[in-house]
Amino acid sequence: MRKHKEIMIDVNHVTIRFNLASQKVDNLKEYFVKLVKKELMFQEFLAVIDVSFQVRRGEAWGLVGVNGSGKSTMLKAISGILKPYKGTITTRGNIAPLIELGAGFDGNLTARENIFLNGCLLGHSEKYMNEHFEEIVDFAELWDFLDSPIKNYSSGMRARLGFAIATMVQPDILIVDEVLAVGDYKFKQKCEKRMNDMLNNGTTLLFVSHSIDDVKRLCDHAIWLDKGQAVMMGTAETVCEAYSPI
Amino acid sequence: MPLMLKRFNIFLKYKDLLKQLVQKDLKLKYRRSFLGYVWSILNPLLVMIVMAVVFSTMFKRKIENFPVYLFCGQILFNYMNQSTHQALSSINGNAALLKKTYVPKYIFTFAKITSGLVDLIFSMGALILVMIATGARFSWHFLLFPWVLLQLYIFCLGLGLFLAQANVFFRDIQYIYNAVTTAWLYLTPIFYPIDQLSPELMWLVKHFNPMYFYIGQFRDLVYNHQLPGPVITFAGCTAAVLMLAIGTGSFLKNQNRFILYI
Repeated sequence: MRKHKEIMIDVNHVTIRFNLASQKVDNLKEYFVKLVKKELMFQEFLAVIDVSFQVRRGEAWGLVGVNGSGKSTMLKAISGILKPYKGTITTRGNIAPLIELGAGFDGNLTARENIFLNGCLLGHSEKYMNEHFEEIVDFAELWDFLDSPIKNYSSGMRARLGFAIATMVQPDILIVDEVLAVGDYKFKQKCEKRMNDMLNNGTTLLFVSHSIDDVKRLCDHAIWLDKGQAVMMGTAETVCEAYSPI
Repeated sequence: MPLMLKRFNIFLKYKDLLKQLVQKDLKLKYRRSFLGYVWSILNPLLVMIVMAVVFSTMFKRKIENFPVYLFCGQILFNYMNQSTHQALSSINGNAALLKKTYVPKYIFTFAKITSGLVDLIFSMGALILVMIATGARFSWHFLLFPWVLLQLYIFCLGLGLFLAQANVFFRDIQYIYNAVTTAWLYLTPIFYPIDQLSPELMWLVKHFNPMYFYIGQFRDLVYNHQLPGPVITFAGCTAAVLMLAIGTGSFLKNQNRFILYI
């Protein structure tokens, strides 16, 4: 049955390169020193090495692995923030990346202004934001603080607002990177409910979490990444079983 | 060609973001100051008064209606100076954001140059005040000023894009550029008449200083009440288009590598 569904994300032998900060050429002096020493071709660091997988419509994939294993990098590449060094990534439909909630918030602007700014950062039009404004504030439960600068918000409140803005659309692909750790218990449940609703409506989910229970509960497939390489791939149950003893 | 079309469509999708970013700059600039937007007019006016007092006593040969002469050059140069300095750090300054969401990167540079332009329009209000206060003559030529601002805007956009991408790879650019703009300020006839320069220097400025092209045209319209000559207009347009080509070319070529360096 699932075989007939269209492929939403096609990751094809992807390698992603990083420039290690210690090797950065930050100024002209350093540049010339390195030029003379012929060290200009900096040592590259491969964050993801030759990973391939395909995600079909409606599937929920979890990415597990220790810190620094390339999970977030993979998600960033799928969202279009990073370009793969080798290989190709093809995606279909619109993507809602929840890589860091409220990354575009400006502390000096009020919540009201930030909702518009952030919505536009995600590629929505002003008109669209006007139509959905109430829905966002309702979900974030922030009517009382709408006209205060966001620098006075707690991190949980920022996360709520960020989540509300990012998930206001019914995206084709939802990318979630360990963002639910901030909110309180009640809000976490609310977020999970919204994610589940989306899944039932045919959204494809990519989910990074260190909580194996969360992955088991939300996802049907999983990939285990280690040092940039895919160690194991399959149903969420089997991968989590294999990963958890470590 | 399909690539350009695709890029144009992406730009259309994010045009509201551009508007939001410009609004943000303007809102935050004067937030929690008592006079607010009045400063946009008052600030250039105060600086102009100081400069007018200083320089009108320094020059022996008097320039007719010195405040207007000075102001024409000063507001244009200020716009170029401030907006390109802001554009210079527009990519590095938004590093945190660019690492976490996908947005066309040039939007940030674009926004800085555009919010500077809005400030320049406010300064035009101050210019009109100065002209009224000094009893300067108005003529229909004045109404053609948007044509000069358009050239200047395109020029600054190109320069801003070039500086922003260069600054990602070499942070030294911002300090070098500081010195460059200071030299540029003194090589542009803003508070002195151009014939005060030595003949060689005058030749260089007249041929290679783009700011001279724009200030010259602007002064023709506002101060001399005449249409700018064809040579200076052509030079201004060429410099603008050339700079935009260099800016966008270098920016588009390098933008995929930004993420590795910011």
